Amino acid sequence: MSEISQEKPVYNYKVVRQFTIMTIVWGIVGMGLGAFIAAQLFAPVLNFDLPWLTFSRLRPLHTNAVIFAFGGCALFATSYYVVQRTSQVRLFSDKLAAFTFWGWQAVIVCAIITLPLGMTSTKEYAELEWPIDILIALVWIAYCINFFGTMVIRKVSHIYVANWFFGAFMLTVLVLHIGNSMAIPVSFTKSYSLYAGSVDAMMQWWYGHNAVGFFLTAGFLGMMYYFVPKQAGRPVYSYRLSIVHFWALISLYIWAGPHHLHYTALPDWTQSLGMVMSIILFVPSWGGMINGIMTLSGAWHKLRTDPVLRFLVVSLTFYGMSTFEGPMMAIKTVNALSHYTDWTIGHVHSGALGWVAMISIGSVYHLVPILFNQRSMYSVRLVNVHFWLATVGVVLYIVAMWFSGVLQGLMWRAVNADGTLTYSFVESLEASKPFYVVRFIGGCFVVAGMLVMAYNTWKTVRAPRGSIAQDLATQPA
Amino acid sequence: MDQGIIGSIFTVVVFVCFFGVVWWAFSSRNKKDFDEAANLPFADENQPKSEKEKRES
Repeated sequence: MSEISQEKPVYNYKVVRQFTIMTIVWGIVGMGLGAFIAAQLFAPVLNFDLPWLTFSRLRPLHTNAVIFAFGGCALFATSYYVVQRTSQVRLFSDKLAAFTFWGWQAVIVCAIITLPLGMTSTKEYAELEWPIDILIALVWIAYCINFFGTMVIRKVSHIYVANWFFGAFMLTVLVLHIGNSMAIPVSFTKSYSLYAGSVDAMMQWWYGHNAVGFFLTAGFLGMMYYFVPKQAGRPVYSYRLSIVHFWALISLYIWAGPHHLHYTALPDWTQSLGMVMSIILFVPSWGGMINGIMTLSGAWHKLRTDPVLRFLVVSLTFYGMSTFEGPMMAIKTVNALSHYTDWTIGHVHSGALGWVAMISIGSVYHLVPILFNQRSMYSVRLVNVHFWLATVGVVLYIVAMWFSGVLQGLMWRAVNADGTLTYSFVESLEASKPFYVVRFIGGCFVVAGMLVMAYNTWKTVRAPRGSIAQDLATQPA
Repeated sequence: MDQGIIGSIFTVVVFVCFFGVVWWAFSSRNKKDFDEAANLPFADENQPKSEKEKRES
């Protein structure tokens, strides 16, 4: 494997293009749905008295669409791109690549059909019923074979750190998905979990938190380790730190799940273990964040002119923020206040909209011109507009949920002198209403940004090959 | 073996593993390799690309 091939590799960009475009499409669908159900929370009339449009059915569709459709397509696109470019070899199999693309889109379409119909396994982030779960497993196995196969036939001796993160993400998600989706089917559209009681809950949050840890973190860190250095034009701040980051992160994340089950029937020692592991997790998370941000040391001026780099760096800032917030919320006493409140929703979205979406968007803006033979996006100015729409939207969202969440937590735990509850649930709901409106407005900003992105991408893709010649640095941001 | 012993052994093993990784990552023997690996995102730039001419920011 040490010999350097003289042949020029012909990369498979087709599958990367397909996934990149669908990232934007599903981003708009998923985030649009999110804004819609956010509006339902202060204007319930928006469910139009139709069961298919109730919050309870659209919410899982929203989460599936943003995590697995938008985030998933972004991960497929970037991992296929990065593994080829850093291994200097074409994908292991074009057929498997096409299968993963069409198979994944089929999974998403199935979700769009079944979830509003109320077919659900009721497991959060794993709601899809068993026939779809089998399809997901098949697509995922094909994905793993293709990715690792490409690494095996690589033309360079090293495996770049981004591929380590992508690889960990793929393998762990495979294990998580198959482990948690074990079910006994009673009909084609209904199944029951193989696990019972608190074991089922533990399995679910072992899956759920590691979906966060490996799908939404390790995978996107893979993105970070390629696109931040690439866009900044310099290698990562410390490659050695990235190795420690990798091993520490993957060995710690898997233990953090029980913090979703504080003060439940789960054994106390398990809860405490989950809490401790969640707190330790802060260290590798910040190690990675610092490694990413410090990659820009000596190139900070690029942030002034390059909105794509700005997306990538601000995403890391949000990553740092939410990986500080997360361990804090995993502390049992803090969790007693925050759990089941909107604070959790705010935390999730500072991770999802701030970190995951922004790093994906930055990567897509990096990819689109390369994939469609242009020197830059159609309009760098519009990339900048998108950046500010996204940032303002996320901040509005998070701040509204902080206020609402803490307010809820305090109202729910308030007791009178005689031990009765001070507030009824409806009173706390009423108190949250203004924040729900602010959250909706923040969500609209984010969706508007995605629409700007779609327009910009459309113009870039449709432009004659190589006709957009302006360099990022010379175009006003 | 009770839970406490297993927990202690596990803690020690993880501790040793972690310092193994740190030692491996920071040993000067591997510096050259890691520097090479760190430059992989830029390594394929001098070769013509597949469906596009060379361009990189």
